[in-house]
Amino acid sequence: MAKPQTFFEKMWNDHVIADLGDGASLLQIDRLFLHDLSGSAAIARLEESGRPINSRDQVFGVVDHLISSRPGRGPDDTASRGGVELIQSMRQLSHKYGITFFDSTDARQGIVHVVSPELGIALPGTTLVCGDSHTCTVGGVGALAWGIGSTECEHVLATQTLAQVRPKTMRINFEGEVGPGVYPKDLILYLIGEIGANGGIGYAAEFAGSAIRKMSVEGRMTICNMAIEFQAKYGFVPADDVTFDYIKGRDFAPKGHAWDEAVAYWRSLATDEHAVFDQEVTIDCARIQPQVTWGTSPQQVAGIGDRVPDPADMSDPGVRTLLERAIEYIQLRPGTPLDGVKIDAAYIGSCTNARISDLRDAAAVLKGRKVAPGVRAICVPGSSTVKRAAEAEGLDRTFRDAGFEWHESGCAMCASQGGDYFANLRVISTTNRNFEGRQGPQTRTHLASPVTVAASAIAGRIADARTVIA
Amino acid sequence: MEKLTTVEGVAVPILRINIDTDQITPGKELVRMRTEGAAASLFAYWRYIGDREPNPEFILNREPWNKAQILLADRNFGCGSSRESAPQALRAWGFRAVIAPSFGGIFYNNCFRNGLLPIEMPIEDIRSIAMQMEAAQGNAKVIVDLSNQTVTAPDGTRKSFKAPGVLREMLLLGADEIDVTLRRAAETDAFRSRDRIKRPWAYRAA
Ligand code: SF4
Repeated sequence: MAKPQTFFEKMWNDHVIADLGDGASLLQIDRLFLHDLSGSAAIARLEESGRPINSRDQVFGVVDHLISSRPGRGPDDTASRGGVELIQSMRQLSHKYGITFFDSTDARQGIVHVVSPELGIALPGTTLVCGDSHTCTVGGVGALAWGIGSTECEHVLATQTLAQVRPKTMRINFEGEVGPGVYPKDLILYLIGEIGANGGIGYAAEFAGSAIRKMSVEGRMTICNMAIEFQAKYGFVPADDVTFDYIKGRDFAPKGHAWDEAVAYWRSLATDEHAVFDQEVTIDCARIQPQVTWGTSPQQVAGIGDRVPDPADMSDPGVRTLLERAIEYIQLRPGTPLDGVKIDAAYIGSCTNARISDLRDAAAVLKGRKVAPGVRAICVPGSSTVKRAAEAEGLDRTFRDAGFEWHESGCAMCASQGGDYFANLRVISTTNRNFEGRQGPQTRTHLASPVTVAASAIAGRIADARTVIA
Repeated sequence: MEKLTTVEGVAVPILRINIDTDQITPGKELVRMRTEGAAASLFAYWRYIGDREPNPEFILNREPWNKAQILLADRNFGCGSSRESAPQALRAWGFRAVIAPSFGGIFYNNCFRNGLLPIEMPIEDIRSIAMQMEAAQGNAKVIVDLSNQTVTAPDGTRKSFKAPGVLREMLLLGADEIDVTLRRAAETDAFRSRDRIKRPWAYRAA
């Protein structure tokens, strides 16, 4: 009998074109997704070199990073200096080279990692790359997906391949019952708190266990989204029946006979029983309470019932300095209980947590309630498709009635691409990065689930959704 | 790739853990640096006070550290956003190598493609080099030798490191990676004709 293999090993082996020695391989790339921030530069550089695009049908583009989310925005509306030029050149070059392109005015526009699985472009059993570190999000459908730089993007455009060094494998088992008020975001934040922001360096992370098996594909994408936040460049959940139900019928998914063939192949990719990982981590979900970050790394996270730690308790001098800096930036004293910290703003958006299920969860908390006076609350749906679906269900009314601004889809306020909505403010946010300055100059970001963000917006302070809605 | 064989120069310590690419080149700078040049954006939040007033406290604003070609950093350097502006800004400033105990994976790959060598070394060795540099107030040299994969500290201590074979060779030769791959066209075509039978749906989006 053949040696049992992990999903990752099968995926990798099935994509190796050539062995480059020293653990590196030249890999077939099934999908390249470009976006407005770095996409046009990659195409322009290819153009300068005089080389053609190798596999145009496997290249896609979208406008998401620079476009303003302002309600009623125009096609080139951006708060980013020089952003108009980038959006326009992305548009022009996509048309020129015949790339499938979702313009800012396209009904299918949205954040790249929300759009690609939603349209069935990211499929199980495919390698997908994009010039953005959160490309691992779409590992949630059983793709092997990772973020690359713009020079690598140009390489893919020119060859539809990429040379990569093979990572080690890691399995993270989320076992046990997930308590009420606890969401996929809490699970992944908890994990990062446990294993650290570099706990996955050099690894490809498979998420498994009973909690993952029961989880929706959207929840799995929230988990995979943050694989890069513990430095696993790749994060994924091998496809199962939950995945197939999610993918079936989507615009770019295989149909008819091709679908059946594809599903048979996808099933064969599941990790074999007794396959061996380089590392395994098991998390008991029953112990996880809603999580909120208190610092400037996703690793600096605690349960809502916990307090800001004291750097003086740390023995490693490097770690102590890190904590001191984080606490100074975030302006919280050691020992402060997280529950009750006053906030200035609340943000529901990003490729982590702005899919339809996230908006439904948040709306359930907001229904019949009001955002606390003085809190600026904004919801940016993950894609235009999500936005329309939410409006069809009347979720936009719930958000607006509660006092949330209801925006167009895009990235803008997640990574401070101009506008500085949150400069100097304390924001509770469904995004994935609480780095210094990430959401604006001196913006203090606290990462949490959509439900915690909604509950906190109502309370005007970081709040335990379980008590707000009780 | 821009060729790199040896680097001999000032090594500047910025020994913080988790220096992410948003610190190296903040999001706000990404469009701005297209007009002002990448070097102006490097560590923008730390380097400037207000609008582009140099912060005298920041080490890269001081002689002779501002001539550094080697950066000494702590764990998980270059984590975060995939933005290639980060290695570009480091390179544009004048850096040719970054020495850290570990790197963000995407950043690590991006470095090679921008003529910047990422070197993994234990933190104790890095601290030792940093201490020597500080004792000399920056007036000392560190030598990085990519052919032999060694780093020589100011006191002459030599440590080895390992860079992935393919990337190392391309950097040593200054090879064009796309050319190298395109020379494998026959293998690529052979792979694809087999693969198209196995996974036809992967090639043509429906
Ligand atoms: S939503 Fe934020 S994290 Fe996601 S792709 Fe956009 S900028 Fe990056």
